[in-house]
Amino acid sequence: MSATTSRNRLLWLTWTVLSALSAGLLWFGLQAGTEAPGPMNVVRTAFLPGQTSHGHHQIELACSTCHGSEAFTAADVMQDACTQCHGAELKNVDDSHPRSKFTDPRNAERAARLDAAHCVTCHVEHKPDITHAMGVTLPTDFCVICHQDVADDRPSHAGLGFDTCASSGCHNFHDNRALYGDFLVKHAGKPDLLDTREVLPRDWKTVLEELYESYPIDRFPLQALTEPDAPAGKGSAQVHDEVNKDWLATSHAKAGVNCSGCHEVAPAAGQPAMWADRPDHTVCATCHKPEVNTFLAGRHGMRLAAGMPAMTPAEAMIPMKADAPHDGIGCTTCHGAHRFDTAHAATDGCLACHADEHSKAFGASPHAALAAKEASGALPAGSAVTCATCHMPRIEHRTDDVRRTLVQHNQNDTLRPSDKMLRPVCMRCHSLQFSIDALADAGLVARNFRGKPSLHVESIDWALKDAARAEAERQAAKTGNPDGQP
Amino acid sequence: MKVIRLFTAASTLALSAGLTQAADTAGWSYKDIADALHAVMESDRTVYTRLIVNRLQNEEKVIKASEHWKDDKALVLPAQMFRFGAEMVAEKDAGFTYSLLSEWPINKQNAAKTDVEKAGLSEIAKTGKPFYKEETLGGKKFFTAVYPDKAVAKACISCHNDHKDTPRRDFKMGEVMGGVVLRLPMK
Repeated sequence: MSATTSRNRLLWLTWTVLSALSAGLLWFGLQAGTEAPGPMNVVRTAFLPGQTSHGHHQIELACSTCHGSEAFTAADVMQDACTQCHGAELKNVDDSHPRSKFTDPRNAERAARLDAAHCVTCHVEHKPDITHAMGVTLPTDFCVICHQDVADDRPSHAGLGFDTCASSGCHNFHDNRALYGDFLVKHAGKPDLLDTREVLPRDWKTVLEELYESYPIDRFPLQALTEPDAPAGKGSAQVHDEVNKDWLATSHAKAGVNCSGCHEVAPAAGQPAMWADRPDHTVCATCHKPEVNTFLAGRHGMRLAAGMPAMTPAEAMIPMKADAPHDGIGCTTCHGAHRFDTAHAATDGCLACHADEHSKAFGASPHAALAAKEASGALPAGSAVTCATCHMPRIEHRTDDVRRTLVQHNQNDTLRPSDKMLRPVCMRCHSLQFSIDALADAGLVARNFRGKPSLHVESIDWALKDAARAEAERQAAKTGNPDGQP
Repeated sequence: MKVIRLFTAASTLALSAGLTQAADTAGWSYKDIADALHAVMESDRTVYTRLIVNRLQNEEKVIKASEHWKDDKALVLPAQMFRFGAEMVAEKDAGFTYSLLSEWPINKQNAAKTDVEKAGLSEIAKTGKPFYKEETLGGKKFFTAVYPDKAVAKACISCHNDHKDTPRRDFKMGEVMGGVVLRLPMK
C-alpha cells in the first residue's frame, strides 16, 4: 500500500517537473531574441500554426515582427505590422483599394462582406492549404463580392469568370498603374521592340553634391585617392597588394573613400571608431542608404530588417545551387568586397546561387545575347540586359532635394504580380502589348523569353473599343445626335 | 498641398470644438459643424479650381489638368484634389468622413449607395439647397449632410461632358453636378 502511494507520489512529482520544464522551455523559446539561431528557434517552431507563405517564411520565427509583443491577436497590431513593411509601397503604386475605401461608413455594408481595411482578411498566414498566388487566401473569384454587376457598365465583361479578373493579365487588386484603360489606349499599337531602348543612366556622380544630409560629403570630399590608409599588419603583403589593386579600380577610390571609410566603424553611437574586418550593410548605408533600405525590404535583407541572422541560400524556398555560398547574405555577397564590380553583381552574383528554370535559362536567352553584342560594338553601350536590369532595376528616386537614379534592391518591387514589372522594366524596350503577353505566358517566362508569347491578352483591344465607343458618344453629344449615328 | 493643409487645420479646429460629443456644450449643433466644415471644403476647392486650374489651364494655357496627373506631369483635377484630401482625413481617423458623389458619376463607385445619399442627391439637384438627415450605417448612427456641388468653372463642365465614362454630356455652368456628402458620427 505504502509502496504504491510513494510510487504515485514519485510519478506525480516527475509529471509536474517535466510539465514545468516543457512549459518553461516553450516560454523561453517564445521570449528568446531572434538574433541567434539555435535550440531556442527550434523550440519556437513549435508555435507555428502552419507553414508561412513564400513572402514571409524567412521571418516566420520572428513572431513579434507581425504579431507584436503583447496583444498577440489584436487585428490592429497586425495591421500596423503589415503597414510598417508594405504601406509605403502601396501608397507609391496608387493602391486601387486603399484602406480608406473600406473604413468609409458609406461602404459599411460592403466592408461587412469583405473587411479589406485589414490585410489579413485576404492574406491569412500559416494556411498553406488555401494560399493562392500573391498570398491570397480567399477563393480566387473574390472580386465578385463587390463587382458582381460589372457587366452593367462594361458589356464586354459579361459572362467572364470572376476567377479570371486577376489571372488573365488584366487587373490587380492593388497595383494597376500599367493596366488602367487610358494607359492601355495610350500605349496601344507599338512594335514589339521599340525604336528607342534604354534604361535609366547612372547619375550618382553628378548628384553627390546635391544629396546634402543623405551623403557625408564632409567626411568624403570628392577627390581621387592613390594611397590606402589601412593600418600596417593587417594581412599579408600579397593580400594587401591584391586588395589595393581592387580598391584603386573602384569608384570608392575615385570618390575619396579610403580603407578606413568602411573599416573604421564605431561599434555604437558615441563610441570611438574601431577597425572592423567585415563591415556590414549598416556601414554601406552611410553613403548608400536608399539602396540598403530597399535591400532590407527585399527577400535578401528582410531577415536582417527583422533583427534575425541574415538569410542564406540554403534556407530559400526556391531552387538554389547546392554549392551556393552558405554565408548570410549581405551587400558584399553579390558586390564582392573591395572590387564592388556592379557588372558581376548584376548577373554572376545572382547565378552563383539561383538555380530555378528561369535563372538557368538566362545564358541562352535573347536578353543575355545583348551583352555580347554590346561588347563587340554591334550595339551601343548600355544595351546589355542582366538579371538586375529586370529584377533590381534602376528606378527614378525622388526626395525633396533631388531626383536621381536608384537601383531598387527590393526584388519584389517588380516581382509579384509580374505586371509590376511592366512600367519600370519591360516598357523601356518593348511595347505594352508584347510585355503583357510575354509576362502572362508562364512557359515563355520559364524559358527566359526565348521565343514569342503564345497567347494574346485582350485588354488593350477592349480598351480601344471602349475608347471608340466613348468618342462616338462625344461626337453625338456635340452634334445633338443622341444615337451617335453618322 | 497648402490647400489641403489649410483644410486639415480647419477640420482639426472643428474637431477640437467637440465634434463627436455634440455640441450642446459648445453651442454648436451637428448641422452647424457640418456647415462649417463644408464651408472650408467648398471654399478651398473653389480657390483651387478658379485660381489654379481654370486660370492656368483654360485662360493662360500653360499647363493642363489631368486625371492621370502623375503620368501626364499635369495639375491634379479639382475633384481629385478634393478626394485626396478626404482620403487623408480618413487615414487620420479624424472622426468624420466626406465624399463627392453624383447621380451622374464618372466613376460608378461614386454613385449614391445609401437611401439617404439617394434622397439627398435627388433633392439637392431639384432645390439647389443642402439636405440633412440622420442615418444608421454598420450599426452606427450618423448625421449626414448633402451639399449641392455646382459647376463653378468651365473646367468642371468641359471635363465631365467630354470624359469617356461620363453618363451625361450636357452640363452647363452653375448647374448642380453632384453633391458633397459629409457624415458626423452621433453619440
